[in-house]
Formats: sequence, C-alpha cells, structure tokens
Amino acid sequence: MSNNPPVTTTRSYPFHAPDRLELDPLYARLRHEQPVTRVRLPYGEPAWLATRYADVRTVLGDPRFSRAAAVGRDEPRITPRQLDAGILAMDPPEHTRLRRLAAKAFTARRVEQLRPRATGIADELLDAMLAAGAPADFVEYVATPLPIRVICELLGVPVADQDRFHAWSEAIVSTTSLPPERIDEYIDNLYAYMGELIARRRREPTDDLLSAMVRARDENADRLTELEVVQLAAGLLAAGHETTVTQLPNFVYVLLTTPGAWDRLRDDPGLVPSAVEELMRYIPLGVASAFARYATEDLELGGVLIRAGEPVIGSISSANRDESVFADPDRLDFNRPVNPHLGFGHGVHHCIGAQLARMELQVALRALLQRTPGLRIAVPEEELTWKSGLIVRGLTMLPVTW
Amino acid sequence: MSGTWRVDVDPRRCIGTGICAGAAPDHFVLVDGLSRPVLNVVDPAGPVIDAADSCPMEAITVRDADDHRLIAPEP
Repeated sequence: MSNNPPVTTTRSYPFHAPDRLELDPLYARLRHEQPVTRVRLPYGEPAWLATRYADVRTVLGDPRFSRAAAVGRDEPRITPRQLDAGILAMDPPEHTRLRRLAAKAFTARRVEQLRPRATGIADELLDAMLAAGAPADFVEYVATPLPIRVICELLGVPVADQDRFHAWSEAIVSTTSLPPERIDEYIDNLYAYMGELIARRRREPTDDLLSAMVRARDENADRLTELEVVQLAAGLLAAGHETTVTQLPNFVYVLLTTPGAWDRLRDDPGLVPSAVEELMRYIPLGVASAFARYATEDLELGGVLIRAGEPVIGSISSANRDESVFADPDRLDFNRPVNPHLGFGHGVHHCIGAQLARMELQVALRALLQRTPGLRIAVPEEELTWKSGLIVRGLTMLPVTW
Repeated sequence: MSGTWRVDVDPRRCIGTGICAGAAPDHFVLVDGLSRPVLNVVDPAGPVIDAADSCPMEAITVRDADDHRLIAPEP
C-alpha cells in the first residue's frame, strides 16, 4: 500500500452544470494529476472518484467493491432518493438470482429475434414523421415511441397505459426536475402499477417477459420476494423509457453536428454497428456517475489507499475518454479497431438491456439513413433546448428537416 | 456422470462485460478484456451456472465433463 498524497481539496461533484454533451475538461486533468480524488455529491457522504479507465473498471468489476454495502449508509448520490432495495443494491449471489429472472430475454440471440419487429415499428414511425412534413420533432415522432413500444411489447405492458407510466418513469432519473415528494409518489405509483400487472399475469399468463418472470419467481419462491420481482420489472420498464429515448436524439445530434459524420455513415451504412459503439463511448449520457461501490477491504486504487467501508465512484464518461486506451479520445472515429467502452457499465451490473439498446439504436440509424439521407437540424444550434434536473443529458426537442 | 464440469468461454462470442468474473470470481478471469475460465474442469458450483445463465452473449458453456451433456446455459 502506498502512502496517500495529501488531499487538499474535496471537490463538489458534478464539477459544473452540464453543457450540452460536452465532457467537463476537469476529468482529463484529474486523469493525469489526481486519478482518484475526493468529491462531495449533492446528497450523501463524501466519496472517492476514479477517472482512469483501468481504475473505473476495477471499481465496477472487482468483487471487493460492493453495492449491497451501500444499504444503510448515506450513499453519495445526485438523486434525493436513495435506492435502498432492488437489483442495484445487491451483490452476487442474490443479485444473480434476481437478474437471471430477466436475463434470458435480453441475450443477443433473443434480441436479434426482435429486430424485424423493431424495424417495422421504426418504419411506421418514420412514415408518420414524413407525412407530417418538415420540420418535425425527432424526439416526439421517433426517439420516444420506438424504445417504449419495444420494451412494452417485450415485457407485456399495455402501450395504452403509457401516458401514466411515462410520467412516473421520470422519477427514476430525476434529480431536481421533480420535487422529492413527487419522486416518491411516482415511484410508488410505478411499483403499484407493476404489482397489479404481475398479479394479473399470475392469474392469466400470456407469452411475454412478465409472465415468464412470474413463473420463474413462483418456482423459486423461497429465494425471491414478490417485491424484488415488482421492482425489477418496474426498473426494466422505466429504464426502457429513459435511456434509449434520451440517447437516440443525442446520437442524431452528434452525427449532424460533427462535420462529415452523417455523410460518412450514409455512404457506408455497414459502419452503423461500429458507429453505435463509438457514439456510446463518445457521448457522456450521464450528468455524473453515481451508484458508488463500497470497498469491502482495504485496497489500493490508482495509488490511493481506499479503506474498507469507503465509497468509490467510477466515472464512466471519463474512462471512455482515457487516452491510454482510446487513441485521440476526443475524436469521433467509426474505425476504431477495438472499442472496449464502458457505456453500458462493466461487471455484474452491466446494463441488462445493452443488446436491446444496441439493436434499437442500429435499427433507428439505419432507417434514418435510408429514409432521410439529407437529414439536418432545422434550427440554429443555439435554439436547441436541453433537459435539466435529470441524471441523464438529452434534448427536449430535436427539430429536423430532410 | 463424472461429477465434474467442463467450462468453456467462446472467445468469438465474448464481449468482455465482466458479468461472469463478477458473479463467479473464482471461476472466470478477464484477460486482455475477454473472459477465460480459471480452470476448464471444475467441481459443480452454483456461481458457474449463474455466470453461464447471465451471459448476454451465451458465450459460456457448462457441460458434464464425462458425457458432455449441456448443463448451462438454459436454452
């Protein structure tokens, strides 16, 4: 173990208010000068922040770092509400038992079977956008309904109920966009709604993921509680609403504002899969990283001694721009020979919907390149408005013309 | 039945999510970003099944070491 260098400052984190999809330049400085540093988040106890790729992967992947140990602590976080239950507050083997209920439905093989259906939905949505005429809001016509319809069909949640749960889903990603009591109310609503739906599927099973989860849970009732299953299903529904929905307009925004990027993809659509990976690396979707991992023993990270019981946050956005892993990291490059980005996380909590998100993003980009090859943003960039008060960055509207 | 398992990771399928190495750290290790079994033949252990069933790429197979019957992942 090395001796810790004197840490003179505990920085507020996030360091600054987010500026569109720009990554705060302080991360690059910290990677060089203080790769593991002290930070204080808007809520909870102070934490260590890791900014280098290798250290972030260790925090996310090494079993000596625990999410379950956050329960009962005042976890450092950017949301007023602390997740004190559910799959993100668990370690293996409990975590794995719960995740297995849903993991089968999200394998690359199973997701591939959904591709034709997702392509059909994307075409339908683009038909409507083209019929409405330019300029049209890409967020409203395509980016919002596509992932919602796909996750609803996969789970077996009636799309007709979406006006209710779409509003509630915001609570999962809200920092200040909703008052704390409204966040609690919406999350409770989401759990109650999912609890009812699960009870209905138990009485009348159908051919969907919710029914499969109910069946698997009832066969292992001694190992999983009903609440765990309800929270997992609600989490899948909410994540399906708030991640790809936000990231898809971010992708289009970057492609249309980076010189040559859109034309390059249009001329060679075979690059779409690698473009999706590169955009996942390049775009810092989160306003900040969170979900601190607690060290379960004394250990060294990036030359710093972390004591057992101390929380550490790994910055995914910073890791994805680490120049020791990604050559010319601030450049968007669809031809990287390898791209081991951490955009979907790493380790046991690696995004369960990663393959689904990849497929949806590929389908949407392909459809756009084909149907609207002359796509461009319909307003001057300074007129675009960005969401605020959420853990994710994204556009409120993306008016496009073609 | 021999009572031991044969564990393999298909390097062409593995994308290095780290799920297996986190769920079954005694049995899987990441080398240059991709997973490998620590040992190819192991005594039966729950975490090995957990890892095989959790892999989104279905890159891990667990077989009976003797008769090669597929134990995990579930189809």
